[in-house]
Amino acid sequence: MDINNEIIGLRNVWVCCGGVPVLEDVSLSVHQHDFLGIIGPNGGGKTTLLKVVLGLVKPDRGEVVVLGGEPVEQRKRIGYVPQHSLFDPDFPISVMDVVLTGRSGKSVFGRYTSHDRELAQGALAMVEMLPFKDRQIGRLSGGERQRVFIARALAAEPEVLLLDEPAAGVDMHIQTEFYELLERLKKEMAIVMISHDITAVSIYVDKIACLNRRLFYHNSKELTSWDIEATYQCPVELIAHGIPHRVLREH
Amino acid sequence: MIEILQYGFMVNALAAALLAAVACGIIGVYVVVKRIVFIGGGIAHASFGGIGLGYLIGIEPVLCAIPFSIASALAIGEVSRRVKIAEDTAIGIIWAMGMALGIMFISLAPGYAPDLFSYLFGNILTVPRSDLSVMLLLDVIIIVVVCLLYKEFLAITFDEEFATVIGVPAHKLYLVLLCLIALTVVLLIRVVGVILVIALLTIPAAVSRRFTNDLKKMMLLSIFFAASFAITGLYLSYIFDLPSGSTIVLVSGIVFLISSLRSSGHSFKY
Repeated sequence: MDINNEIIGLRNVWVCCGGVPVLEDVSLSVHQHDFLGIIGPNGGGKTTLLKVVLGLVKPDRGEVVVLGGEPVEQRKRIGYVPQHSLFDPDFPISVMDVVLTGRSGKSVFGRYTSHDRELAQGALAMVEMLPFKDRQIGRLSGGERQRVFIARALAAEPEVLLLDEPAAGVDMHIQTEFYELLERLKKEMAIVMISHDITAVSIYVDKIACLNRRLFYHNSKELTSWDIEATYQCPVELIAHGIPHRVLREH
Repeated sequence: MIEILQYGFMVNALAAALLAAVACGIIGVYVVVKRIVFIGGGIAHASFGGIGLGYLIGIEPVLCAIPFSIASALAIGEVSRRVKIAEDTAIGIIWAMGMALGIMFISLAPGYAPDLFSYLFGNILTVPRSDLSVMLLLDVIIIVVVCLLYKEFLAITFDEEFATVIGVPAHKLYLVLLCLIALTVVLLIRVVGVILVIALLTIPAAVSRRFTNDLKKMMLLSIFFAASFAITGLYLSYIFDLPSGSTIVLVSGIVFLISSLRSSGHSFKY
């Protein structure tokens, strides 16, 4: 594997919380133009893994390299899309101002420049939310809000996009549009997406990993039922919805 | 209403009300949208320790309360990060400790503390001119800091974690915000007292939230409401010979209730 274009590298990472391991010996490598899906049960450490990459959680053991450096120093080059359910929908802020916060780390003391505003507008246009720019964030549907948070991440001109359960609580029809948006974005940056929705993820991603404290990963999109069962700790039926696409095969 | 301005103390009281309105209008908006009203309460009560200390060592109590309340604000901001303790637990402890220290210091102080009651419940009518200049200075500090850090404060109050990731020194700025809350609380102690500070930080901001979805407009409206509540309360307390602090708070509360009824169709959870 080529280390030079490695965007995210985790080597033998352990995270413990109160003596109980949340992540056990996790190794992972994400390269340019990768679209990696990480699936696993709730409480399996998916969000912790993202927070390790973002430098918000320090691993107890192991090494984390982000864009060739420390996560804390490099994380401003990551576009982070957190779980939208964690937001306060009553917050008095417009869509445009939410997206502009993606530029807030670029300079301290002072106003947004016209360049910041152009990038924010461009990001909103890319997710097709520009007509909603003056709307209060709480007056959007779940899917629209999720697009705004992607635009906020894009406004920072990231080199990799990390998404935490982006499709949770979004209805099926919107989900499809949403994944199509990610398809377009993947041409420009690496994407790591966390989800508990195996089927939806497996249609769009190029590589897939299963996480339940340990990471099961073959650097491909093929999963054995053994992987899934080891992840979920119970037999899982592999079902691919309607779309004619070979998704998960046994080998 | 003009004739009450013949009294010098009334002019001072009106000036104090307006100065307090500027501070609590701006800072109250952050307190309400970031949902840290409980932190405001904790700082307000902890600052009573500073007032007690002022009595004990013979320094102007409000001046002594400034460093004391800033220290308690920083303690609330840091304790939950460094020690494994929930933030609301830390606030509860600091809240009670500050109050207890204040009472302890005052009981140790020689002689009788004559206007102690006014620090608990406020007495805007006894605000001296020297306090007005301190309040003006604090207002200027708040306005300058909020102007300089407006976009950063918006980023950290909306989503602190994202702000951290994107490269905003979110925790440091959060501590700055807590210090501004502490300064505002000290300022408001004179007007409505320790017990009722929370009302002036919360109610004008909560009422203004019903009229706008924009943080800047919310601040301006909130200043307007705080000033109107204070002046109306002051006037009513003069006419009916009521305690001024309580009257201001009750006026605010009644307006809040009316405004909630008005917009209950699409109400916000503030």
